[in-house]
Amino acid sequence: MATEKKNISEEKEAKKKEMILFLSSSEEKEHFLSKGNRKLLSDPLDDNNPITVQVLGICSALAITVQLEPAVVMAIAVVAVMAFANMIVSMLRNLIPSRIRIIVQLVVVASLVVLVDQILKAYAYDVSKQLSVFIGLIITNCIVMGRLEAFALGNGVYKSFLDGIGNAAGYGLILIIVAFFRELLGSGKLFGFEVLGHKAATVADSTGLYALGYENNGLMLLSPMALIVVGLLIWVQRARNRKLIEEN
Amino acid sequence: MEEKSVNKTNSNGYTFLFAVIMVLVVASVLAFTATSLQPIQKENVRQEKMQNILATIGVETDRPGAEELYNRYITEAVTLDQNGEEREGVDAFTVDLAKEIKRPAEEQNFPLYIADYEGEKYYIVPLRGNGLWNAIFGYISLKDDVNTIKGATFDHLGETPGLGAEITKEWFKESFADEKIFDDSGNLVGVSVVKGDIDPSDKDDNQVDAISGATITGDGVSDMISERLQRYLPYFKKQTEINVATK
Repeated sequence: MATEKKNISEEKEAKKKEMILFLSSSEEKEHFLSKGNRKLLSDPLDDNNPITVQVLGICSALAITVQLEPAVVMAIAVVAVMAFANMIVSMLRNLIPSRIRIIVQLVVVASLVVLVDQILKAYAYDVSKQLSVFIGLIITNCIVMGRLEAFALGNGVYKSFLDGIGNAAGYGLILIIVAFFRELLGSGKLFGFEVLGHKAATVADSTGLYALGYENNGLMLLSPMALIVVGLLIWVQRARNRKLIEEN
Repeated sequence: MEEKSVNKTNSNGYTFLFAVIMVLVVASVLAFTATSLQPIQKENVRQEKMQNILATIGVETDRPGAEELYNRYITEAVTLDQNGEEREGVDAFTVDLAKEIKRPAEEQNFPLYIADYEGEKYYIVPLRGNGLWNAIFGYISLKDDVNTIKGATFDHLGETPGLGAEITKEWFKESFADEKIFDDSGNLVGVSVVKGDIDPSDKDDNQVDAISGATITGDGVSDMISERLQRYLPYFKKQTEINVATK
């Protein structure tokens, strides 16, 4: 009993200290969108993209990029999970016992993912059916845990929040680009709308491009094509951004 | 000061306390969300069920519109026992087939939906069986002759994407339309999913074309259809007798 009380009072004290630290930290003096903070957001979109530069989180990029809609929902879900996971872990960073810090990070991520999954099931049922297990698999997305361990544990709350949004957006951006090409070339649609014309049973009945004899590329619907599209993106990105090219 | 805080967070008592508090907080947050969102989630599942039932008789609708059309076209939902007698007081719509198929036949409830769509009468039978990895389920609708299939829908819990999971695809479901469930000598055979060169236009062979690489899921579909339909035979026999008598 006595030790428990002591622990609680110790924790209260630690919380007070944490609050003081939190309020007086240097980030408060910095402008909300200072150059450094902007870089946290923009860096993962290009120079330090989690998928094309760090090559993390590839697995889900294969699975849910057949159509744009699930890719967009997935991107939003990952942004929400990463922003809040980074924020929560950063808030607790001086309180988390270092021996169980990975477990704590996992619990934070897992509960956020369950929350997102429950909300999708209630308000976006059809999309949540389409995404099925992949929402749950955000937990195992290396980008999320990686940023918690590498950034949130050592940086302030606001910076971590931006870092979470930035990295998730970098991931989501690639997801959406890949899904755009796969849905357009694979099924001739964007967000489910037939943008290339309507494909009927015969060429004569078809409209748009299909009337000229155009065929959808069924290969684009298969998972390997996601890897190939990601590979092409890496090529394009490095051709434009020479500093990403490794020197041997 | 920094050193002190590191020491403190390393103690066993603190680690233990932190873990306990974290688990309590997380558990209550998740339990609260799950309970408060449950009614909406249940409503979604209910609407989807109506949507699937309607799809077998060719009524395409979006999920929010399913309830109105369901009430318009599904005239009756009855629960039968194994002798084809109606069981009073059991709501067919809420019968959970996953639980029913594990019970002995005499205790099972067999839900049946009767639809009246564009002047035709249809019988819709819910299906449930086993695929390769997990349960497969769906609905199959029969025309008034209780022999010709009007349509079918299938879904699954965990079949392989691109292989077994293809049973949910339009082309596979469409191949069941107009197939017969009785053979020429009047025995119930259901519809078999068969490998090889099946003529899709031959509607009297009780066979549809299988999906390559999904043999076990396909067999599961065949077994599910014949097993489930056979349970409704006593009821269907009565219906055909009535039909013959009134003609």
